[in-house]
Amino acid sequence: MDIELRNIHKRFGAIHANNDINVRFRHGRIVGILGENGAGKSTLMKILSGFQPADQGDILIDDRRIDYKGPTAAIANGIGMLQQDPLDVGAFTVLENFIYGGAEGLTLKRAQAEAQLSDLTARFGFELDPHQPIDNLLIAQRQQLEIIRLLALGVETLILDEPTTGISAEQKDILFDALRRLARDEGMIILLVSHKLEDVIDLCDEVVVLRAGLMVGEMDMPASDKDLTSALIADTKGQLVTMMFGEELDAQSRPHYEIGAPVFIADKLIVQDLRLDMQPISLTVHAGEVIGLAGLGGSGQELFMRACARIQRVNSGSLHFDGNNITGASYRQLFRRGCVFGAAGRLEEGLIAGLTLIEHTALVADDKLQIDWKSVAKRADTRIDHYRIKGAATDNIEQLSGGNQQRMLIGLLPDDPKMLILEQPTRGLDVDSARWIWTQLLERCARGAAIIFNSSDLEELVTYSDRILVFYAGRVHELPDVSRTSIDELGHLIGGEF
Amino acid sequence: MNIGNPRALAIRIAFLLLPIAISLAIGAALVIAVGRDPLEVVDALWKGAFKDSRKLGGVVNFWIPLTLVSIGLVVTFRAGLWNIGVEGQMMMGALFASWGAQYIPLDESLAPLLHLILIALAAIGGMFWGAVVGALKIRLGVNEIFGGVALNALVNVISIYLISGPWQPRIGGSAQGTEPFPTPALLPEFSARFPTNLFMIALVIAAFLIVMVMLNATRWGLNLKAVGANMRSALLLGVATERTSMSAFLVCGALAGIAGSYRVLFTFDNLRPLASGGIGFLGLLVVLLLSIRLLWVPLIAFAFAAILTGSTRLQIALQLDSSLAGVLQGLLVLFVILFHGVQEVFFPQTMADDETAEDSVPSVSSVVKEKP
Repeated sequence: MDIELRNIHKRFGAIHANNDINVRFRHGRIVGILGENGAGKSTLMKILSGFQPADQGDILIDDRRIDYKGPTAAIANGIGMLQQDPLDVGAFTVLENFIYGGAEGLTLKRAQAEAQLSDLTARFGFELDPHQPIDNLLIAQRQQLEIIRLLALGVETLILDEPTTGISAEQKDILFDALRRLARDEGMIILLVSHKLEDVIDLCDEVVVLRAGLMVGEMDMPASDKDLTSALIADTKGQLVTMMFGEELDAQSRPHYEIGAPVFIADKLIVQDLRLDMQPISLTVHAGEVIGLAGLGGSGQELFMRACARIQRVNSGSLHFDGNNITGASYRQLFRRGCVFGAAGRLEEGLIAGLTLIEHTALVADDKLQIDWKSVAKRADTRIDHYRIKGAATDNIEQLSGGNQQRMLIGLLPDDPKMLILEQPTRGLDVDSARWIWTQLLERCARGAAIIFNSSDLEELVTYSDRILVFYAGRVHELPDVSRTSIDELGHLIGGEF
Repeated sequence: MNIGNPRALAIRIAFLLLPIAISLAIGAALVIAVGRDPLEVVDALWKGAFKDSRKLGGVVNFWIPLTLVSIGLVVTFRAGLWNIGVEGQMMMGALFASWGAQYIPLDESLAPLLHLILIALAAIGGMFWGAVVGALKIRLGVNEIFGGVALNALVNVISIYLISGPWQPRIGGSAQGTEPFPTPALLPEFSARFPTNLFMIALVIAAFLIVMVMLNATRWGLNLKAVGANMRSALLLGVATERTSMSAFLVCGALAGIAGSYRVLFTFDNLRPLASGGIGFLGLLVVLLLSIRLLWVPLIAFAFAAILTGSTRLQIALQLDSSLAGVLQGLLVLFVILFHGVQEVFFPQTMADDETAEDSVPSVSSVVKEKP
């Protein structure tokens, strides 16, 4: 099947999210959809997959004009989308979830479905136990399940939104192999929305670039016909960045600050959850220091951070913050002493759907009983300006795009914290926004804040950390001098080679 | 707001009036089905509530406790809590006030002081029972609905024990009620022609204004909203979530307790089983009907009070069971909530809540629901 989008327009209030988009996706091709945050990629993909209607314009499948409403209708037309956060039902097993989306009639044909499920998993080298509850799966496995579920529904075009976020390099290889086979062998169209240029260069045959709602370019990728050399990758990357931002960005380096007195000490800390037995961790963090936590998702770094922030139980060992023993303290006690935790899930942990930006600002403003709404509104406007948030102070937070929510979250951090514990502070942000966020964070370091953060972006870890702790299956390895570490070396460590 | 758009305005007015019209129509059909004239019923209800100032006083006496609990429930709902235990909190307030009425030896000359003490006691009683629900929820993870139901039952058992045990009348002890309280303890009537208590009316108005300001202009009100919308995020943004939830239970409990005291110190003059009379549950309906908006609480509570007070006349004038009024009221609530839901799903753009209206990037879920 071939898909053509003609004169697609979509407006959200004053924002023209898609402005006259014309593009053709041909069968058997893997196409990258690129653009910085708010460029309109997600909007375009949501229109194509039926999650929201276009204001204007046509979708043609094999030169036939199609009019559909809703994702189910899109799937019936052969177009399926894999959301950034896989939409599945937690308490169900893999098999039940597989059946759930495809069942017709009242009886669920379990045996037949199980056969189909294992057939598809085997074909793509996925590892999915049909009887595992979904809650026990890794993000990568949930994606795999969602892909085969869509395939079983007869989808011929697969849209993936940031599929490599939160999955390991190994899992990424499996995913990319499967996608290549779907395109080459089955003639499917694969559309990949991603910020990770390496991934796009590695996987895609061509890219489409959006900027501020406009389509600004198309480009063939070298992957299909040449061996990828690092020089070629760097060159292609440069061209893509130029297209996305209109200018090429320099590799960033960070200034280093005076490291001060210890602010945070973890001594032989042991945390556990159902799936992980952690080795004891000892870590001393000084004022102005940035500690990066590396590791595949679920290797223990999240548990460690949450234990440090006192929202995860500590099994043994002790924690000291700012001279006080906080092993048994609550998060709120830490918060009042200047330690703030920023979680990865923005609208689940961090921001509050239903509250406006002004109300969010007021929540963190001060402890005074009376709220002076006028001055809070002014403050909210200042932050919107300063953090370049696209949205109005009176907007509800959920009306903002993901990247702008993330900016707001950072904007809500106190100006002079003693310590920040941040889960994936730049997750899902484009290069430019990520740098902006780091500028803000490093300013706080310069004023003496310590930062502990984790990231799945190795470049980010190497660029911004003073020291890195590598987590692998609950074991921890410390890299005391990051300046002598290459991304390549870090990649091996993350794979457990220590 | 969408006032500029005539279609949206028309839809909004339609959704305001339709549920009222439909529930009235069904109510009328019911009356006709039992062989009566609906207009007769309306007439009886009206006369029952507003025929003279004595009747109006009766309406006000119902309105006072109903408004108090409804204001309290706005607070707990704002914090995302279903305070089903409000009925029991009224009862506990009534018990505390009853204790004071019987055992605090102040004579007639100090009656106003005694009244203040009794009302304060009632507030403490309600707060205590609310705090138990809160502690169960916060410390032990017991859902406030289950905790509330259990505590409602428990306080009823306690009140029956007191009435038929330690507090039973000296002569002819039964489970009917205690002896009438000494006169100094009883809240006085304004006049025989308008038998209600002005101090309590003033207290209701004060509570309304104070809670209104607290919800909208203070950090406490914002904290409640944040905790109600997303407890986890609120915690990470530095809100003392446990304290905030507990404060909601305490405020609601205090107001419910005062409402309970009015029942025993004015309406009945003694303590009886189930003195709260289902007013707490009725308050839940008032607040649900208004989607937790405080502004209209006094008005809607007054309408409810009028219908229920008026319904006593149905029996006398028409030999119809007074529960008919309850049926009418139930129909009204059902249809208002139903239509609210329908409007939310099919015409989200016309919702009265400005924040969710147009000119903004809609979320996926609202888009999926969007109609052409």
